[in-house]
Amino acid sequence: MRKSSKISAVPYVIWILIFTIIPFLLVIYYAFTDYNTGAFTLNNIINSSNYLPVLIKSIILAVIATVICLVIAYPLAFIMSRKSEAVQRVFMMTIMLPMWMNFLLRTYAWMTILEDNGIINNILTFFHLPTVQLINTSGAVVLGMVYNYLPFMVLPLFSIMTKIDKSVIEAAQDLGCNQMAVIRKVVFPLSFPGIATGITMTFVPCVSTFIISRLLGGSDCYLIGDLIEEQFKLKGSGFHVGSATSLVLMIVVLISMGILNQFDSDEMEDSIK
Amino acid sequence: MKKFNVSLITAILLALVLSFAAFAEVEVEDESYYEQFRGKGITLNVYNWGEYISDGSDDTLDIIEEFENISGIDVNYTMFDTNEDMYAKLAHGTSQYDIIIPSDYMIARLIDEDMLEKLNYDNIPNIKFIDDEYRYTDFDPNAEYSVPYTWGMVGLVYNTKYVTEEQASSWDVLWDESLKGKVLMFGNSRDAFGVALKRLGYSLNTEDLDEIRKAADSLSEQKLINQAYAMDQTFDKMANENAYAAPYYAGDCLTMMKRNDALAFSYPKEGVNQFIDAICIPKGTTQKDAAEAFINFLCETEVAVANCEFIEYFTPQTEAAKLIEVDERIIPSEEVLENSETFIMLGDQANELQENLWLEIRSGSGLEAWMWALIFIIILALIIFIILFVVRKRNKKNLDY
Amino acid sequence: MKKAFSRIYTALCFAFLYVPILILIIFSFNSSKGATWTGFTVKWYGELFRNEAIITSFINTLIVALVASVAATILGTTAAFGMHAMNKYSKSTMRTLTYIQILNPEIVTGISLMLLFAYFHMTSGFTTLILAHITFCVPTVVLSVLPKLRQMNVSLYEAAMDLGCNRFQAFTKVVVPEIMPGIVSGFLMALTYSIDDFVISYFTSGTTSQTLPVVIYSMTKKQVTPTIYALSTLMFVGVLAVLIVYNLIDIRFENEKRKAAGARK
Repeated sequence: MRKSSKISAVPYVIWILIFTIIPFLLVIYYAFTDYNTGAFTLNNIINSSNYLPVLIKSIILAVIATVICLVIAYPLAFIMSRKSEAVQRVFMMTIMLPMWMNFLLRTYAWMTILEDNGIINNILTFFHLPTVQLINTSGAVVLGMVYNYLPFMVLPLFSIMTKIDKSVIEAAQDLGCNQMAVIRKVVFPLSFPGIATGITMTFVPCVSTFIISRLLGGSDCYLIGDLIEEQFKLKGSGFHVGSATSLVLMIVVLISMGILNQFDSDEMEDSIK
Repeated sequence: MKKFNVSLITAILLALVLSFAAFAEVEVEDESYYEQFRGKGITLNVYNWGEYISDGSDDTLDIIEEFENISGIDVNYTMFDTNEDMYAKLAHGTSQYDIIIPSDYMIARLIDEDMLEKLNYDNIPNIKFIDDEYRYTDFDPNAEYSVPYTWGMVGLVYNTKYVTEEQASSWDVLWDESLKGKVLMFGNSRDAFGVALKRLGYSLNTEDLDEIRKAADSLSEQKLINQAYAMDQTFDKMANENAYAAPYYAGDCLTMMKRNDALAFSYPKEGVNQFIDAICIPKGTTQKDAAEAFINFLCETEVAVANCEFIEYFTPQTEAAKLIEVDERIIPSEEVLENSETFIMLGDQANELQENLWLEIRSGSGLEAWMWALIFIIILALIIFIILFVVRKRNKKNLDY
Repeated sequence: MKKAFSRIYTALCFAFLYVPILILIIFSFNSSKGATWTGFTVKWYGELFRNEAIITSFINTLIVALVASVAATILGTTAAFGMHAMNKYSKSTMRTLTYIQILNPEIVTGISLMLLFAYFHMTSGFTTLILAHITFCVPTVVLSVLPKLRQMNVSLYEAAMDLGCNRFQAFTKVVVPEIMPGIVSGFLMALTYSIDDFVISYFTSGTTSQTLPVVIYSMTKKQVTPTIYALSTLMFVGVLAVLIVYNLIDIRFENEKRKAAGARK
């Protein structure tokens, strides 16, 4: 089986070459060349360092959103993983269902809820309470991120927890562990690969979003995704400065995710076996 | 632009609706002209601003559908949000359009970069209806490339419950601390800079880099009280009273005022921008004749009337202008017109500076204190995390061997 | 006590997930455009069906998603099979490349593909859109098929060869059925991603090939009519129906399998 079947990967290798590696090289090419002369330059990269605060702000908001997702999702996944198979099936379905609805529509729903004259504030006025500023804040953006990407955190956690053998937990209980200790000493270490996958799947889309901030963020929340999108629209030099910023974003994301996944790539394989 | 000469048009429309039941057919100058395209399977890609054509909602005339019916040409209609969006799609060369409707300064740029086709007026007989004042302009002096679609003014829409007429007479209202979080600003660089430059008493088209920088500073200052940089979102935000004052295009302001009685409109005393949006055919089209037929159709009197009622901008089509009575709330006085300016294309240097400063304004400077604290915590957590991991791994290895 | 807590917690989580959707559904029947309830109407649904842009883009979305996910499934399955046979070094290179494709922020993927198409002067349209969708769908298929291959017993394939199958037969008759669950879940994931994708489509779709998310985006920027809510409601009901039917079939299928297994005993 070994040698001959390697050939079947050839189309994929070619595909990666054309649609992953060449575009990546193009990004690098544009990032390091000048629009007017086409000569090598570092100006685009230097120019994008002006926007460092935007990058940092994006990372912070994404980290907050990811942590909140993890905190919400972990107990939920654990509770559900202890249920019967029929319940689990329904659970999977109900978690997946919002994912199938377009994420713009989901975000839009929050816009209706959070507006100054939106549903929450209408309810508050109905009870003669003072209205609150909800939309156009960083908080609204984080909320939008959590709402949109929570399923991406729940699903990997859930699937890894269902794989934990019940007898392992029972054994720990028999050996005198209480509920907390079981979670801390057995479930948590065993679910680590799920956590890593969940973090990756939540953090990356959060950090690079440009829709959530645009719909819920107002003038305060301008994230790196917005910046890249607008840079590409600049006259002439758009491709070049936009590529430079994309390159920076890509490197930041790949390095941080690389580190995260390096930690448990071996463990992930263990758990899959 | 409403309160039009109701009886006549409505009567005609009604009669048409009744006689055709299924769809109302538009009365055109020369129906046979459009027949030549039928059965050829032509598709036209039309790229226009959002909310910028009568689309059949609320019993208005569906212009696209009417055109498809009369000519047999299939129209593929897409929308853009700002001139810059449109330019990007076009300049990257990845998209092909047959009809675009940009504004004055963008048309000048497109002409300058040789991206527009020269029009063949033999195919646009209805050009006779178009007012020469809007045809021969700064951006297209010989009217070779563009046919004006609408013209209008920028003004200020405000909510009378929260903003006084006095306040609304000046652009300063958008910098007013008492309206913090309740004002909007244009979501594109040229218009936003236009407001700021006018407020400071400079020209909209200044090439003076210092003046542009000052305008940028003033916009940064405005950002502190600004709710959002909005384009079409302005409609909902103003009508639903989520914002109390916003600069926007006069005709659109009228649309908002119809949705909310508390809204009013003013032309700030520092001066405003007068603009013309015109129909062009970008280079590379394969359907130039059909595109010209579409332009001709847009210049039909009945179509122009329907459009004018829907968009509520001023029309350069003379026959339509006669039939329509403009809402006096947005009619600019002589004084306002005198004080207004039209955008022209900026030189490369000024344009680049303006666009870059715009991005810097949007992205803001510096972080809030709590963010720095958080960065510190995150880094600390990461270090602990890594250390824990290394330790754990080492322990594990020890166990393995 | 503990049980009560976990019940409440689960209920809260689901409320968080579903209340916004519920609100959209309620307001799709609201007779006015604002956020206050003024009366019941179904006129927005009528308007939705008259909106040509939505209908065509919906069809576009389905075409693109189906073509892209089928292509990605074939490409991904063969790729996984080939990668499985590679030596450790090239296998891990391939895996890293696959991971990079998944980890890369969508906006960067979208932009780099746009650069590629622009560089080679390809006009955006169905072709570019489908190529882009296949590109981001393949890795999910590869990664869901690979573990199944690892679990598979290699001797099965060899036995089939010994029994006179050629390589292709051995692959389709033995390997494919064995890794079917991985292929199916990869296909479904690819389909989900493709239907939901906005960012990459935004950068690679052209004038004639706008997908539903791209059209929705241009709608959310305009003054919003409850037509969007009506659209959300229909999508929700549609997806719910599909999921229920799928699960019912699945349950039935499993029951039959169980019965068959019992009968054999």
